[in-house]
Amino acid sequence: MSSARRLPPVAELAVVSVALMLSGGIYLAAHLPKPPPLAPAAALLACGGALTVVAMVLLARIRQFAWRTFFLVAKWALLAYAVFAGLLGFVFVYDHTRGGTLAVLLLSLAVFAVDVPTIIGFTVARFAEADPPT
Amino acid sequence: MADITITAPSEAPTAGREAPPRASFEIVPLKGLPVVGIVLVGLVVTIATNAYWALDFFHVVFGGIWTALDLFLGFVLGPILGRLSIPARVEFTTRFMPKMLLIMPTLVVSTLAAGWQLARHEGYLLSSYPEHGWIVASFIVVAVMAVVALGVLEPANVAVLFELRKAQPNGEVIGRLMRRFLMTAGVTGAMQVATLVIMTRLATS
Repeated sequence: MSSARRLPPVAELAVVSVALMLSGGIYLAAHLPKPPPLAPAAALLACGGALTVVAMVLLARIRQFAWRTFFLVAKWALLAYAVFAGLLGFVFVYDHTRGGTLAVLLLSLAVFAVDVPTIIGFTVARFAEADPPT
Repeated sequence: MADITITAPSEAPTAGREAPPRASFEIVPLKGLPVVGIVLVGLVVTIATNAYWALDFFHVVFGGIWTALDLFLGFVLGPILGRLSIPARVEFTTRFMPKMLLIMPTLVVSTLAAGWQLARHEGYLLSSYPEHGWIVASFIVVAVMAVVALGVLEPANVAVLFELRKAQPNGEVIGRLMRRFLMTAGVTGAMQVATLVIMTRLATS
């Protein structure tokens, strides 16, 4: 039964990554208007990005999986969350956020926009019938 | 930021392997996409033109609907749903959840983007603002709701809808996914009440 399959903690890793991205955003926002020391935010971004990469690697190594379902869901979710992340990025740029702070915020939004579709696609696909072997 | 806070069914279909009846429906209601597009374009125009009234409208109205929906679904509608028959729950879910997939993200992004701009105009974002601690608290509350909604609830919503579209939906899978709503309803409710406290506090400071 597809629901009983043991799969790597892809969604869990991506959720932690989302939490780290949000934490970095809060840290930067809490220091306005002064540009805060970027090291903590960059560290949170690096950790979150690393977790996302690990999640992707674990996902790619799954042999029997409903890849069609995963990509069907993930691609539309990616489109939706890219729009949302783009909108938030527009707000930061429009507010004259510049330099390292803007770079960290935009990269955090990019990681966020990859994490959420991964979580949704993986959660749906894990309960779907695995694709037949080719 | 609970997407949908339908309380998990307390009994079947969690228990046993009884398959709910198959339903035919759209997972994402395409007819609603133009409405979402219009709202988002309106939001961008509002931010780009710094229209103060429109920013306030987006933040207060959309935020109010978001909070009310979360609390109503989690604590009023959810428990009622849990007591309905399985066919009634399935019918409600297949008509209701797809709409929420469009409504909630639109409400959330509009509330947050407009709220950010509004706070910037009012000087609330400055660390010198006397109530700055409440602003940071609101960031944290939103972050907690975002993790719950994006990491737990929205994926479960979509997975339930995909399961219900199968020729033979697995009641056990649906029950497992729906339990997430029950487990997170308290967190979401607490965060929404905290939002009400923070926002009323800021509005009267």
